Amino acid sequence: MLGLIVRRLLQLVLLLFGISFLVFMSMHLAPGDPASIIGGPTATESDLAAIREELGLNRPVLTQYVDYIAGVLHGDLGYSFQNNQSVSSAIMTRFPQTFNLAIASMIVAILIGVPAGIISATKQNSWFDVSSTTVALAGISIPNFWLGAMLILIFSVQLQWLPVGGLSAPFWTIEGMKQLILPAITLGTASAAMIARMSRSTMLEVIRADYIRTARAKGVRKRAVTWVHALRNAMIPVITVIGLNFGFLLGGTIITEQVFAINGVGRLMIDAIAARDFPVVQGTVLLVATLFVVVNLIVDIVYAVIDPRISYD
Amino acid sequence: MASGVISPANTSVKQPKKERMLFQTFKRLCKNKLAVFGMIVIAFQILLAIFAPWIAQYDPVVQNLSKAQLGPGAEGHFLGTDNYGRDMFARLVYGARISLIVGITSVTLGLLGGLFLGLISGYYRKLDGVIMRFVDLLFAFPGILLAMLIIAMLGTSLVNVVIAISIWSIPTCARIVRGSVLSVKKQEYVVAMKSLGASDLRIIMKHILPNCTAPIIVFATMRMATAILSTAALSFLGLGAQPPTPEWGAMIAAGQDFMWTAPHMTVIPGIAIMLVVFAFNVVGDGLRDALDPNMELDT
Repeated sequence: MLGLIVRRLLQLVLLLFGISFLVFMSMHLAPGDPASIIGGPTATESDLAAIREELGLNRPVLTQYVDYIAGVLHGDLGYSFQNNQSVSSAIMTRFPQTFNLAIASMIVAILIGVPAGIISATKQNSWFDVSSTTVALAGISIPNFWLGAMLILIFSVQLQWLPVGGLSAPFWTIEGMKQLILPAITLGTASAAMIARMSRSTMLEVIRADYIRTARAKGVRKRAVTWVHALRNAMIPVITVIGLNFGFLLGGTIITEQVFAINGVGRLMIDAIAARDFPVVQGTVLLVATLFVVVNLIVDIVYAVIDPRISYD
Repeated sequence: MASGVISPANTSVKQPKKERMLFQTFKRLCKNKLAVFGMIVIAFQILLAIFAPWIAQYDPVVQNLSKAQLGPGAEGHFLGTDNYGRDMFARLVYGARISLIVGITSVTLGLLGGLFLGLISGYYRKLDGVIMRFVDLLFAFPGILLAMLIIAMLGTSLVNVVIAISIWSIPTCARIVRGSVLSVKKQEYVVAMKSLGASDLRIIMKHILPNCTAPIIVFATMRMATAILSTAALSFLGLGAQPPTPEWGAMIAAGQDFMWTAPHMTVIPGIAIMLVVFAFNVVGDGLRDALDPNMELDT
């Protein structure tokens, strides 16, 4: 087990270097001179040269990359072209909003997805199963930015029950929770659908296993068999899906934040892409990708811990 | 060599022709009600896309401010008008054309890239490690993030969205193709072909590629759904189609500002996206079941 963890951590380090190099190079190769973006249209050639000198843009690419990585390891992600704000502090102030949204969506996805999948499997081909699998397929097909707009239309514009957007209040207050409900449903729906599909198929597999038949044959009540014997085994792959989905939710917040005007990392990224503010794009993309691979690694390890049958050799 | 016992009954059975297999697959697909629904929706979208100029009575980009924000059905506008008085139905029909073209182009390009990498990686073991590590690297960007990074690099436009979605499709496709190549490569007939001196290109084209078609068809169909959805999402974020292009995602973004006065501007394009994406998803799901060789035994 320890060997596995060490090996995976080493792979992670390599992967993180790969990610940072890819992100750095794609921003470096992007058309458009950063110096003229910073200098603006009125900058003279000597101004541009001074900016390049100051930012070290006239040094070899690899030197710039090594410097960037050295900075990243010290928590320095560079400075925004637009307002010269430190990228790390911009991300730090916005990350809590993104994180809260991702967690809340995860809760929504689990609360809907797992029970729906289990009931579907235990009552295979019933009306509940047919409608829940169809709804799950629809849930994957709904554009979540549109779902968000529709929820706003119904619950904020028509019924006026919930606020239109923003995530200004802390999540533990009533106001904060109210602000979080619609974005969490918007973002969590697709994950709920995926979790439901996964729970259903693994549950169907487990229910047909011999030990389940044995349990039933020795007289254990059906409900106990389903919720105790079967569920424990069926949940192992589901936990993986939930873990992987958390990474996707972090990525998905980018769009949801835009719909609900939440000032998170995603909005920071979108604004930066539109303004060609490369250091901010670089920092935010790097953050989301890093979180994604780290979460995936944790899921892999947890998977191996909870299921001793798994080995990655 | 494993003993190949061929019974007389087997030798007399003719090889099923390709058309017959296609027909069989189609017949099985038609038994799936959801897939039939999906195929109808897709056929409808294709018709709209081809005949857009004849179906739409109005120009999708010409503004008429005196008729702004009309509700559905008002003054000869079947689905109403938007904030610039443009006919929503015309914009929707032309939007069907955009989403189809973008979807087909990006999926085709992604498939070509994925096929190339997957075939090489599966067939030439020496290159496998390098290619698959690169693919792993691309997988480190969750969801739409890779497409966004590419757009950040290239700039915002619909063409760049096509490029971004194509590149984003490559890793998944490459993995699927590699998997099929690896399983086919071990088959005895491929080993036999090799020992008979067939060139690598011939083995790949004539024997390995045809065996990858089933998973590729399923992947391409499902990927159409993702491509259409992502194009809309990127345009919604302002990173894809720019105004006044009648792109569905951009239409939703524009409609958000008029949610109080003209909700149909947001509702209608969303329904279109959802229907089309759902259609490609269920057809893909149906195809997977229909192409599964194990199903052959049941029917």
